[in-house]
Amino acid sequence: MSILEVENLSVSFKQYTDGFKEINHKVISSLNVTLEAGKILAVVGASGSGKSLLAHAILGILPSNANVSGIIKYEGKELTPIRQTALRGKEIALVPQSVNFLDPLMRVGNQVRTSVKNGDAVSAQRKVFERYRLGKEVEDMYPFQLSGGMARRTLLSTAMVSDAKVIIADEPTPGLDPVVIKEALDNFREFADNGCAVMLITHDIESALQIADKIAVFYAGTTVEIAPVEDFVGNGEAIRHPYTKALWRALPQNEFRPIPGSQPHPSSLPPGCLFEPRCEMATAECRQAPPKMRELRDGMVRCIHAT
Amino acid sequence: MYKSKGRKLGLFILMKGVRMATLLVAICFISFLLVKNSPIDPIQAYIGADMLKVGPEQREKIAEYWGLDQPVMVQFLSWGSAVLKGDLGTSMIFRRPVSEIIGERFLNSLVLMIAAWLLSGVIGFIMGVVAAMKKGTWIDRMIKWYCFTLASTPTFWMGLLILIVFAVWLGWFPVGMGVPAGVLSENVTMVDRIQHLILPVLTISILGVANVALHTRQKLIDVLASDYVLFARARGEQGFVLFWRHGLRNVALPAITLQFAAFSELFGGAVLAEQVFSYPGLGQATVEAGLRGDVPLLLGLVIFSTIFVFVGNLLADLSYHLLDPRMREVRKL
Ligand SMILES: Nc1ncnc2c1ncn2[C@@H]1O[C@H](COP(=O)(O)OP(=O)(O)OP(=O)(O)O)[C@@H](O)[C@H]1O
Ligand code: SF4
Ligand SMILES: [Mg+2]
Repeated sequence: MSILEVENLSVSFKQYTDGFKEINHKVISSLNVTLEAGKILAVVGASGSGKSLLAHAILGILPSNANVSGIIKYEGKELTPIRQTALRGKEIALVPQSVNFLDPLMRVGNQVRTSVKNGDAVSAQRKVFERYRLGKEVEDMYPFQLSGGMARRTLLSTAMVSDAKVIIADEPTPGLDPVVIKEALDNFREFADNGCAVMLITHDIESALQIADKIAVFYAGTTVEIAPVEDFVGNGEAIRHPYTKALWRALPQNEFRPIPGSQPHPSSLPPGCLFEPRCEMATAECRQAPPKMRELRDGMVRCIHAT
Repeated sequence: MYKSKGRKLGLFILMKGVRMATLLVAICFISFLLVKNSPIDPIQAYIGADMLKVGPEQREKIAEYWGLDQPVMVQFLSWGSAVLKGDLGTSMIFRRPVSEIIGERFLNSLVLMIAAWLLSGVIGFIMGVVAAMKKGTWIDRMIKWYCFTLASTPTFWMGLLILIVFAVWLGWFPVGMGVPAGVLSENVTMVDRIQHLILPVLTISILGVANVALHTRQKLIDVLASDYVLFARARGEQGFVLFWRHGLRNVALPAITLQFAAFSELFGGAVLAEQVFSYPGLGQATVEAGLRGDVPLLLGLVIFSTIFVFVGNLLADLSYHLLDPRMREVRKL
């Protein structure tokens, strides 16, 4: 059952160039994702493809100069700013990207306690720290005293104690040591197995494939494909979108062939399909208008030629 | 662990002390040379308006009495060794030991400066917080306008303005001095003293808030845009609770440091305000000593104000070491 639906979300930023000219940076365009209870949706995409902004849009914590359109529904009802304010931290929790998201001058134990919405905050915090093997002394530490792994587990603890039904994790997997990554992934699987809906934002398609149920692939601020993990096998025949196929082939254990070119900047998006400038299958038709998201073989794809 | 921490702090203070000492020697020497080479004739300054009645013989006697006939280096060394023994010499205009005058004046100034320091610190901090929380609104624009324009007004001008409005026109406060004129010192009440303090304190504070206010505003704007405030909002915190938990301590720390580091401006402000209000503090004494060529007093004041400003900077550094957990606590891993 879907618990959170994002339909046609667009986010743009008004910016002024030197000549007082106002330009609209469209950083997310017509984006769709759905989260289901008990399932992990992995969101993969290159840096700057709008993954963090999607998370912030769901929580209603975008900066004030952001323009948002589209509909976000939570438990079937529209998620208005008022509902967002009421629900964030209680029903929808964020696991942020890095230790910078902890207040540098506040002891981490206290920071976890402020996330507890029901019951005794101190005992809830101690229990979750014990569970994540954070020693008794950690609660009195400041963020700068934590190692990378301890910081991850502290950030996870804030989501854990909140009893939220939807967990949005913005994962910084590169640079973390494999043991820590494995542990974090297991923790998310556990959240899902307890009935939470998990959105796992990551660069790392390989680790996403290990634990996710579905993969949403982002490109230049939109979803190009949503596919079950089972489709990522062999030479990627089951994969729908040319970008996803290219990502799959670029993995070391496959062809290890990088995709030429780079993601377009939000200020100069192509008029038609956003992937068109780099697509091997592109035709004149692809330049006409942005393709619509459509269903295909138990998944979704934004490509007119996909089969 | 704590032992090494304590040793580190001790070393820090020791290094500061050495710097202070060398700085003082240099400043003394330079000031001494400057005063000696200035057009002020100390003998004339000593005698004042009675100059005409003094013959050259008497002049020589005076010069001999004060040691003014010796070479400059000898004068400096004899003064310097006296200073090292704790004797700052005798003021020419007050005819009393310099240390006594400074001690007495310093108490008056200290009350004035502490009051102004606290008032400008607290009000400036609140102004900065309000401006940042209401960024872009008319309140913010007013506070910014105030800080940029009014606060750059010269102190003596602001002092005169306040004097004219509150003391002359409205008559709410006495016109000047530290105590009422013509009242025996044992009859001067606390209320009298406070009444005489209010206008000079107000003058220094009105101008002193700008720095703290603008700095606090910018710092809080940065903090509110930080990742940790974003995450706090994601956890459902908002409004005053958010400011109290995450804004206040992250902003107060640099504000306190800044306020300590502003001791030199405080001293400068006090000098001018005391002059305008004829308040018998260190600042007024400095102006007198300068104008009338009272070399021992002037040099004593230079030493003292240097120490004062240095202590301010030391407190600024120490406040950072003691209050910021990133400085205070050693990494435990
Ligand atoms: N406040 C803002 N104003 C203007 N543009 C912004 C703002 N915040 C983000 N962007 C732009 O939006 C785009 C998407 O940013 P986002 O942070 O969502 O990327 P991401 O996919 O999370 O990247 P990463 O993997 O590096 O975290 C980027 O091009 C970024 O420059
Ligand atoms: S729509 Fe055209 S350009 Fe875009 S991905 Fe499909 S084939 Fe490539
Ligand atoms: Mg991101």
